[in-house]
Amino acid sequence: MKRLLLFLPLLVAAILGVVLFAGIGRDPTRLESALIGKPVPEFKLEDLHDPGRQWDRSLFLGQVSLLNVWGTWCPSCRDEHPDLMRLAREHGVRIIGMNYKDQRVDALDWLRRLGDPYQVSLYDPKGTLGFDLGVYGAPETFVIDANGIVRYRHVGEINEKVWQDILRPVVEQARGNG
Amino acid sequence: MVRKLRLLLLVLLVGAVPAWADVADVYDFDSRAQEVRFQNLLAELRCPKCQNQNIADSHAPISQDMRDEVYRMMKAGASDEEIVDALVARFGEFVRYKPKLDSRTFLLWFTPAIAVFGGLLVVAGVVIRSRRRDRSEPPLSPEERARAERILAGADSGGPAPRED
Repeated sequence: MKRLLLFLPLLVAAILGVVLFAGIGRDPTRLESALIGKPVPEFKLEDLHDPGRQWDRSLFLGQVSLLNVWGTWCPSCRDEHPDLMRLAREHGVRIIGMNYKDQRVDALDWLRRLGDPYQVSLYDPKGTLGFDLGVYGAPETFVIDANGIVRYRHVGEINEKVWQDILRPVVEQARGNG
Repeated sequence: MVRKLRLLLLVLLVGAVPAWADVADVYDFDSRAQEVRFQNLLAELRCPKCQNQNIADSHAPISQDMRDEVYRMMKAGASDEEIVDALVARFGEFVRYKPKLDSRTFLLWFTPAIAVFGGLLVVAGVVIRSRRRDRSEPPLSPEERARAERILAGADSGGPAPRED
């Protein structure tokens, strides 16, 4: 019994090692959204292309959408743009864009030059909807189901791997249940 | 020397105040108490973008938005708890520097107490065991006692001869 007790520190160190090792490689900057399972907050935002047109949360009812938060000031948004174009074109995903804390002229110029993957573009220059959604940077992408419920939030850029491994399963599940 | 050190600490303490005061200077308050309340709230809320800063220290745009919201809600008469809850509802438990006690944060709150309690148990175990050992050792027999007294008197003949050098 006493002998076995001598191995206690080794055991403790081993357990601690496993716990700490599990933490390596995890990205602490990716936070789970507090809104998962909750409806998209109420909002009233102008259309990016058509200042006279207003959108509210009924925009998200009826089909599964991705809500992509972007700005022309955001380098990672530039990186993910071709991937968004491909998603819209090849996978038939409904992507709603939200231009976040940006200038309308810059944003329109960006879409003209790089292409427009968004079925609807919201314009949120003050970041009001962004704040209610808990957006703390860009790009962020939300999966929203046909009932307007937030299913998932991805922080950081989207690429083929992120789509295949993370977003696609969530979108397909949302489609199945919606 | 100690006095000088004390003076230095005092200067540092007082000098630190203007460093966080600049954030509050942008806002107008009805009273000094309200300003203190605002500062305390900001110090307890964590910036989701620059994760090791509170929203008073952080220059991230999101921290500015959060400060504005805290100010707006405070002016509208919300309680501290309502303000923190409103931010937690948007950004998650993460923004609390003092997380609520639940099954996930149990270890976070109680590990120090558990460690201290465990240490006390170990110490108590060691003490109890050593006492028990003292008690279980038999006292000297009459012969042993007599010999011990001879040794102490410096006239032992039963043991090895004393060294002479």
